[in-house]
Amino acid sequence: MASAQVIKRAKYKTTVKDPGTAGVLKMAWDRFIFTPNHPNSASNLDVEFRFIKGHKNTKEGSNKPPWLNLTNDQGGSYIFEFESYPDLHTCRDFVGKSIGRSGETPTAASGKTDASLPDEQISTAELELRIKLLRENSELQKLHKQLVIGGILTEAEFWATRKKLLDQESSRKSKQRVGFKSAMISDIKPATDGRTNKVTFSLTPEVILQIFAEKPAVHAAFLKYVPNKMTEKDFWTKYFKAEYLHSTRNAVAAAAEAAEDEELAIFLRNDDILAKEARQKIRRVDPTVNMEADQGDDYMHLPDHGLFRDGGKDIIESQHELYRRTLAHDLNRHAAVVLEGRTVEVELEDTRTVAEALAKLKRVESANEDSDGTANQGILERIARITEIEDLQASHGPPLAPLCIKDPRDYFDSQQVIAVKAPAAEGKKCNLSSREAYGSLRDSISQTKQMGLLNPVVKTKDALQVFNALSHDISRTKYDVGKNPQDSVLDKLPSTTKEQLLHHWTSIQELLRHFWSSYPITSSYLYAKVNRLKDAMSQIYPQLEEIKKSVPAHHKQHVSVLVRQMHQALDAAFQHYDADLQKRSAKSSERPNGYV
Amino acid sequence: MKFEIEDVTVYFPYDNIYPEQYSYMVELKRALDARGHCLLEMPTGTGKTIALLSLITSYVLSKPQSPLKLVYCTRTVHEMEKTLAELKKLHDYQVKHLGPAARILAVGLSSRKNLCVNPRVLSAENRDSVDAGCRKLTASWVRALAEKNPSVPTCEFFEDYERAGSGAVLPPGVYTLQDLRAFGKQKGWCPYYLARHMVQLANVIVYSYQYLLDPKVAGIISKEMQRECVVVFDEAHNIDNVCIEALSVCVRRQTLEGATRNLHRMEQEIDRFKATDESRLRAEYQRLVEGLALRGDLRVNDTWLANPALPDDILKEAVPGNIRRADFFLRVLRRFVQYLKGRLETENVEKESPVAFVASVTNQAGIDQKTLKFCYDRLHSLMMTLEITDTDEFLHIQTICDFATLVGTYARGFSIIIEPFDERMPDVQDPVLQLSCHDASLAIKPVFDRFQTVVITSGTLSPIDLYPRLLNFNPVVSRSFTMSLTRDCICPMVLTRGSDQLPVSTKFDMRSDLGVVRNYGRLLLEMVCVVPDGIVCFFVSYSYMDEIVNSWNESGILKEIMQHKLVFIETQDVVETTLALDNYRRACDCGRGAVFFSVARGKVAEGIDFDRHYGRLVIMFGVPFQYTLSKILLARLEYLRDTFQIKEGDFLTFDALRQAAQCVGRVIRSKADYGMMIFADKRYSRHDKRSKLPGWILSHLRDAHLNLSTDMAVYIAREFLRKMAQPYDKAGSGGKKTLLSQEDIEKMGDGSLNDMLY
Repeated sequence: MASAQVIKRAKYKTTVKDPGTAGVLKMAWDRFIFTPNHPNSASNLDVEFRFIKGHKNTKEGSNKPPWLNLTNDQGGSYIFEFESYPDLHTCRDFVGKSIGRSGETPTAASGKTDASLPDEQISTAELELRIKLLRENSELQKLHKQLVIGGILTEAEFWATRKKLLDQESSRKSKQRVGFKSAMISDIKPATDGRTNKVTFSLTPEVILQIFAEKPAVHAAFLKYVPNKMTEKDFWTKYFKAEYLHSTRNAVAAAAEAAEDEELAIFLRNDDILAKEARQKIRRVDPTVNMEADQGDDYMHLPDHGLFRDGGKDIIESQHELYRRTLAHDLNRHAAVVLEGRTVEVELEDTRTVAEALAKLKRVESANEDSDGTANQGILERIARITEIEDLQASHGPPLAPLCIKDPRDYFDSQQVIAVKAPAAEGKKCNLSSREAYGSLRDSISQTKQMGLLNPVVKTKDALQVFNALSHDISRTKYDVGKNPQDSVLDKLPSTTKEQLLHHWTSIQELLRHFWSSYPITSSYLYAKVNRLKDAMSQIYPQLEEIKKSVPAHHKQHVSVLVRQMHQALDAAFQHYDADLQKRSAKSSERPNGYV
Repeated sequence: MKFEIEDVTVYFPYDNIYPEQYSYMVELKRALDARGHCLLEMPTGTGKTIALLSLITSYVLSKPQSPLKLVYCTRTVHEMEKTLAELKKLHDYQVKHLGPAARILAVGLSSRKNLCVNPRVLSAENRDSVDAGCRKLTASWVRALAEKNPSVPTCEFFEDYERAGSGAVLPPGVYTLQDLRAFGKQKGWCPYYLARHMVQLANVIVYSYQYLLDPKVAGIISKEMQRECVVVFDEAHNIDNVCIEALSVCVRRQTLEGATRNLHRMEQEIDRFKATDESRLRAEYQRLVEGLALRGDLRVNDTWLANPALPDDILKEAVPGNIRRADFFLRVLRRFVQYLKGRLETENVEKESPVAFVASVTNQAGIDQKTLKFCYDRLHSLMMTLEITDTDEFLHIQTICDFATLVGTYARGFSIIIEPFDERMPDVQDPVLQLSCHDASLAIKPVFDRFQTVVITSGTLSPIDLYPRLLNFNPVVSRSFTMSLTRDCICPMVLTRGSDQLPVSTKFDMRSDLGVVRNYGRLLLEMVCVVPDGIVCFFVSYSYMDEIVNSWNESGILKEIMQHKLVFIETQDVVETTLALDNYRRACDCGRGAVFFSVARGKVAEGIDFDRHYGRLVIMFGVPFQYTLSKILLARLEYLRDTFQIKEGDFLTFDALRQAAQCVGRVIRSKADYGMMIFADKRYSRHDKRSKLPGWILSHLRDAHLNLSTDMAVYIAREFLRKMAQPYDKAGSGGKKTLLSQEDIEKMGDGSLNDMLY
């Protein structure tokens, strides 16, 4: 169902007479982009389909070449000449759908075209997501414009490094997972038509899911019997027969029926799986509510001890206990399932799939349960917390939130400040062998041994000097940066410069990321990419220089510090590129046959 | 904080203290000084437990020359865990301030079921099988056998513990059951026997009531405690019932059938021994002739439940001659069972005094009173001789012997009631013979006699003068404290009419009226929409709850309620109820909110707290009177009237209202907490009923809230919740301090504090 984009080679003509610019036409679901082969050409196009009002094309078999004419709402038109008619048809179909869709919610997507698409295929949903991302994040949009539309990176390359962003986005976007309803929907009342004795129960997949979740025995029986032994309809008929018997609260009748029909008995009997689960869960309950432990401690209520019939206790009928299930039990079970809130990630369509998905989920859960050993610790901590009387004591400080850098810029700004400080702290580079160092250490030890420890160990004057040298630098930076240490250097720069710098910084980062990820170069494609990247980077290099020159004198130092870092990063890349190039050329000269 | 009460420096683990906690400590200290018993009522939610613990431990620390042991009795295991958690906090604080000198040993003690770490034993279903499983591995003859034959299984934890001998001790500290198990696992020692051993050495012991009150258990666990003990019964409002139950036994058809089976098997065993190892039987006979004390020479691991009669009432005599021989004894038991079977066949309800019963036994079965009295010990001895380890199979015959011993020992304060069927289900034949104790003072008397100070404390002991009469003791201090509140954080209401202005009540003639059921339902529904987080509802009985919930379900009210909150219900199955409670708490924690349906006098009402967001509202549907047609209750009322001159009506109302107060009192834990209480029955508006509520509830019950209908109650609830959500000054305002800091305490002497409080 997923639609994608269409990418075809085409010539763009402003008029019919125009010879046209050769390039690539890329059609996404909401826009088309024409990128000329020649980068300097002015006929770059990026038009959204919502501006397109109509389309015309030349007929196959006529003597005209395959042209597609798209008219926009201002009366202008874009004419593309394709290399063949099939190309034209593909694009025409795509455009037709896109125009029909634009403006409305994009529900349907072009289905068939993408099957034959040679190029990258992505779903409309993903495309939508990308566009949304770009729209929301102006920085990203800028970058996208510069790099992708500028031809340095392809669309796929650009997004490949942002998979995480896309994933996150899509998970956030995916509709909220719906838990079970608080109300008991599995408790269906039959509908009668009033004339016959027939009753009708209506089941929806949601109800079935809830029945399965609340009654593991029914679930197990379904997996076992349907469809091998009985049809689904028979299964549910039996189920409701059992429910009916329960509702009459006639345990004797239920027992009698169960004795006759083995499958019916499954629904009537108490759920063994539940009992087992309960035994497991009881080990992990909060000891301050654990009444089962009380029972274990209670020697007063040995069987037949204490007062039996004093009216305080109610009478329990012990016969047919097996077939007695109370409303209370159902309510508790229902609430427990709702609380667990397990949901099945399948379309609620087919009962069988629902049943299987639930079974799978349960297996996963039980595996998880076996592995967790920290539960006890958690319980103990909770008890300790609960036992405290809250208002007798000053409240504890608010719990700490984990560090989360939302805007990486803040983080890097603070790093800048540290970097400014860094040069002063750098020591002189010494070349001492470990032997020499050891010797000197030994000397000083023997000296100390002879003379005893000086008190103080370090001379005050020296200490002061070192202290001054260190603190001087700190105070200076502080002064430069401003009173508030959180003020960054950038904030003092003129806003245009700042923006430029930041933009360059992000684009350099992006380029470098692609650059480094391309190594080792294993294919010609990567080789080309690296070249492209290198070119782009070398373009930025002088721009940075320009910024540095253009800023007023009193900011020059800060800017140069900032720019230097970028330059360093770029230099490292260039260096690597050159070294790699040399190596490759050396290799290729060694092996003239060119095999690697 | 640290402060002085007369000559005692009290270490209190919080920065502030409530004034009532302070005066509670003062009173408690007076009782300790006087070495007498005391009765203290303090509202829930004022930190009784911590005040008590910190005063007593500090008292001991200040007077090292007279070491006092604290025996803290809780009703349930989870309360035990809570107490130990508070004690842990206190202990940490004291050690921080006083250093290692403040170290104490505090242990919680429970049954094998809760302490055992041996996976083979633990796999057993219930408590009795765990006990039996343990005995199978640790009985002395089993271990003797295992020495010869290594294939006989033993318990490695117990063996390691035995091997460690006197070296097996717990280092000082506070041990919850969980801690004990962890320690046992780590050292490879049996935590149960270790804990039982440490009971003798510990400074603080926390265990359940019955370890002191029930002679069967107390006989083995609490036998060797010194006089210098402070015994605390916390949440003691039901202590009379516990005492009575401890000495009551009932016999049903199943019991007698089981007993017959047991006797048959014992006979086979005796025959087997006669053929193979007759010397053993003869040795037992010899021992009985010499009148050796039965338990004195037994090893710790061979003991089982002790004699059901109280130690003072057991004559130190040799077993009478006619039951010394094993087969003679079995014959006596057989006759006795036969006799009981005959008695159960009655058509009418019969009520007899023990004296008359014993006389009839002597006449018809030829068993005299003295023989009856020794039945339990004789059975015990026989089972030891026969080396029976699966004691859980022999519970029935034990019950019969319990019964025989009790009926042979006590001539008054008991009655025997035989009912052919339950009053409420006359068509189902289920005869039962009950030995019911009426006198609560019997079981608790040895405790008052043996220990220097016994503290009985609870949130609801009103009327406070009744307890000394019921329990027959003279307290040196008997005080009821009110609660000083920073703001009106509790809001009791009496709801008498439903939304249609018709009266609501659970009175017998009204309770199944559909209008009442519907009005109760509408009340809950309206409240569910208004109140956030947790709501607890108490009903008067399981059957009434079942009925009303089913009726709500049919009329669709339940469905509407469930659209707002999840619903959990207490059932008679403890495991299910525990899980429901755990889920309820989680539902409140996660913000979904929930309603918990529970039963007054049920297990939940007895000990589970619904503090903070776990309970913002409690609704008490009806007045939880006891089932007044119960023969046992009637017999007890008669006894109370004759002995203590307590009128039946007064006692019933007192009992019902202490249950109601207990139920609603579970919502509040501290003064920062808040909660509403709705008493939904028109009878609460009557003065004779209402006035039996504890003072701290009455003082907040405004006249305007005495006769509400549903719509008015909803309005009040809205206003109250809005008011409570506002920030407030914790320390109290208007000259009345409700939270004292270190300075406040230092500044004022006792006199000024008392002025301020009262």
